[in-house]
Amino acid sequence: MRRAALQALWSHWRRHPLQLATLLAGLALATALWSAVQAINAEARASYARATAQLGVAALDRLEAPGGPVPLARYVALRRAGWQLSPILEGRATLGDQRLRIVGLDPLSHPPMPAVQTLASDPEALPQMIAQGGLMLAPPDLAAALRDTPGLPMVRASAEVPPGMVLTDIGVAERLLHREGQIDRLLILPDQPMGLQPLDRLAPDLHRLPGREGADTARLTDSFHLNLTAFGLLSFAVGLFIVHGTVGLAFEQRRAMIRTLRALGLPMRSLTALMLAELVALALIGGGIGLVLGYLVAAALLPDVAATLRGLYGAPVAGGLSLRPVWVLGGLGMAIAGTLATGAGSLWRGAHMPILAAPGLQAWAERAHRAARLQALAGVGLIAAGLLALWLIPGLIGGFALLAGLMLGAALLLPPVLGLILTLGRRLVGGVVGEWLWADMRAQLPGISLALMALLLALATNIGVGTMVKSFRLTFVGWLDQRLVADLYVTARDDAQGAEIARWLAPRVAAVLPLREAEFQIAGAPAEVYGVVDDVSYRDHWPLIRHSAAGWDRVLTGQAAFVNEQLARRAGLWPGAEVRIAPGWALPVAGVYSDYGNPSGQVIVSIPALLAHARAVPNRRFGIRAGALPVADLMRDLQTQFDLPAAALIDNAGLKARSLAVFDKTFVVTGALNLLTLGVAGFAILTSLLTLWSLRLPQIAPVWALGLTRADLARLEIGRSLALALLTALLALPLGLALAWVLLKVINVQAFGWELPMSLFPLDWLRLLALALLAAGLAAALPARRLYRLPPSDLLKVFANAR
Amino acid sequence: MLLEIDTVTKTYPGAARPVLRGVSLGLAAGETLALTGESGSGKSTLLHLASALDSFDSGEIRLEGTALSGLDDTGRARLRRERVALVFQQFNLIPSLSVAQNLAFHARLAGRLDRDWLAELTERLGLAELTARYPEQLSGGQQQRVAIGRALAARPALLLADEPTGNLDETASAAVMDLMLDLVRASGTALFLVTHSQAVAARADRHLHLAAGRVA
Repeated sequence: MRRAALQALWSHWRRHPLQLATLLAGLALATALWSAVQAINAEARASYARATAQLGVAALDRLEAPGGPVPLARYVALRRAGWQLSPILEGRATLGDQRLRIVGLDPLSHPPMPAVQTLASDPEALPQMIAQGGLMLAPPDLAAALRDTPGLPMVRASAEVPPGMVLTDIGVAERLLHREGQIDRLLILPDQPMGLQPLDRLAPDLHRLPGREGADTARLTDSFHLNLTAFGLLSFAVGLFIVHGTVGLAFEQRRAMIRTLRALGLPMRSLTALMLAELVALALIGGGIGLVLGYLVAAALLPDVAATLRGLYGAPVAGGLSLRPVWVLGGLGMAIAGTLATGAGSLWRGAHMPILAAPGLQAWAERAHRAARLQALAGVGLIAAGLLALWLIPGLIGGFALLAGLMLGAALLLPPVLGLILTLGRRLVGGVVGEWLWADMRAQLPGISLALMALLLALATNIGVGTMVKSFRLTFVGWLDQRLVADLYVTARDDAQGAEIARWLAPRVAAVLPLREAEFQIAGAPAEVYGVVDDVSYRDHWPLIRHSAAGWDRVLTGQAAFVNEQLARRAGLWPGAEVRIAPGWALPVAGVYSDYGNPSGQVIVSIPALLAHARAVPNRRFGIRAGALPVADLMRDLQTQFDLPAAALIDNAGLKARSLAVFDKTFVVTGALNLLTLGVAGFAILTSLLTLWSLRLPQIAPVWALGLTRADLARLEIGRSLALALLTALLALPLGLALAWVLLKVINVQAFGWELPMSLFPLDWLRLLALALLAAGLAAALPARRLYRLPPSDLLKVFANAR
Repeated sequence: MLLEIDTVTKTYPGAARPVLRGVSLGLAAGETLALTGESGSGKSTLLHLASALDSFDSGEIRLEGTALSGLDDTGRARLRRERVALVFQQFNLIPSLSVAQNLAFHARLAGRLDRDWLAELTERLGLAELTARYPEQLSGGQQQRVAIGRALAARPALLLADEPTGNLDETASAAVMDLMLDLVRASGTALFLVTHSQAVAARADRHLHLAAGRVA
């Protein structure tokens, strides 16, 4: 009995292969984008965890000094007291032309770590690491890049070292980071002798913190991954709109069959179970295809995401993708859950349908029409709930709750708002065909509203994210103009050559600005401290967003410091507060400046103040204001005079171009997801129009019989789609701008630590509008072509059901 | 002659035999003609060919002297719009338009809406109270009256009706036929009616029977 029933149910899909293809495509697209984002997130998180595991310290407690390094004397005292500790010094530095993370450790006391263990096979390697010259372990790509850099210890490649990191002895790290005698933290080793004095008595100034597994990086990048997840979820929802529409139509078309099967004695419970099994089977097929697509999308996007994570957060992420069983199961689970969620209403209606209920495709559209009022109320409720969430839960979670409420609420409001516009607009149009067209659009709305909701979400996301990215870019460009005050930047081979270059330049150019920096632990995290000289270009152009009176005077005389916005927001260091840079060195904050794209905190002090607390800060990099001298000539002269490689000199325009290239690469993934979401929405329109095809004929055929040609009707079909897409796009604009505002003023501040001004880009809106119209036009082209080529005999069937 | 059908044959694609085999008949202006026949005899097909909804294989159909075989898709659409009107068994009203808009639709498409005539038609068809409603809110008889009103409002030379009372009960059927015949005679429109019902056919000026694709 069940087999026969299943055969009957399946025969529907055999008769409607396009509908089946649409359903599978919707499922595949929804699963693909969702699982692609999940694959990227999982890979990134695995990289963070691997990075921590490779250091072998994941489970160990550690001691840290609040607001600065651990004093060397304290370490020595603890060791003398019998505590088994291992010191770590960590920081970022530029070696050659590579900006990287240097981790200095004591290989003899540090817990077993894969990278160092591999040295055991080479009897000379470990002594070499501890010896005066030192040895650096770097991932193969970095090792290759560093190998020929002069002035560095020997470099050895190790696949066990996380990307973007160099492992070395703490003594070598001190030298490379210019932080002699400093320790960032002490790892508390697992085997301690009995009868030790408690740490809180021996070192009350140090904090004992529990072990972590990639926790810092994961926390730092949480917002980025949350952003990606939101994108994935949005794409998933857009794909499910297609599934919902197709499943709903299939159920309506099979009402008569369901009635017959029940009349023939098949219990409703068995029938529901069969339809449920059918949905799960379809979900597994569609989800499986989606997983394959998702893997390909993730593999294509991961290198850019890795670049973003490295650029924005300094997080180590490898560019390769591995296949994880959890990801496969999760993707299939989402496909099944999504399919069941979208099909639940149809299943429930089928299960509760009276055996003698009349079938009718029209009922489907009518039910959707009745639901419009409830939908509008739910939409208003969701937007209100989002606003309430932001008010009650400030921060990232509240921001995302507002975004979710805003987007879903607006999507639910779209059909009633469009209905209202079409009703009002109908009174304004002239001509009998125009009047019919508007009335027909209004009547068609319930059937196509899910696709239009998908289009609204896709367009609003494009506008919102596009506005955010372009506002960011515009601000970034302006900021670069302010920040890159010099015409030319030069890097000497060593300090001696640096001094020589500075002397040579002094009489020739308008100003030589030394760029000297050292890394300190500020407010519990590594931060760069820059020393600057007094120069008009700093005073006139530095991008200060808040400052107190005579700020520059106080900074340049060593009485105060400027901090970047990230540090100010994270540690509450606004003008008037005091920043603790090192033990015994605290300065009042005189101002806060914008510092986009930098993952770390940054402080600006005068050069004498910096040198007083960090001896041997390298003096190799200079900014040069060329004055009347042409920059190209100056570059050529410097190269000739000091035998500098081309990479050691970069002019202002080159540096800006390089910075902008990094910036643009950062948002490649966002752009790709934007386009994919819009593509899915376009596909949703196409599938809606195709699945509604059988509903459309009885509405179109009488108009054809009354004297419109099939070509006229085909043109009107396209016009109808374009008009609905245009109205949706116009409604998407305010929604997109609201989204941009939330992203810039709420999410960005929480995620990156900086606030950005919002700019408007009307040309982009026009381009997007054209894209939306193109998508809608292409989606309508296939049904329109079908209509144009439809044999009159097919249209006549509408009038002659009895024949 | 208003309508001349001359040895027309028609075979549907994939069909083994022609549905019409050399059918010839004529219809004068203002005349009413009923065509009866068994299911599948080809009577609806002949009506569709006469209204330029479908094309024939051989022979010729002329409406007011215009040969339909020489018309392209646009010409056929213009002919349907301006010279003929159709009433179907399934009513085929436009669901998104109100009764008033449906009534005026064809006349407006043809570009000759006569508001007085429309008002008179609406009144005589008993639809004056229903003009604000939509087709789905009407009974079958009411919908067919709207379909007849829509067709006659355009003042066509020829009204083609395919089983116009096929979906109605006996009482409604008689009332609708009375109205339609009264109105076509009052407006001077010729009527080509296809029906199963001998009683309906008997009310036309002329009655032909179609059997196995030929006029008997």
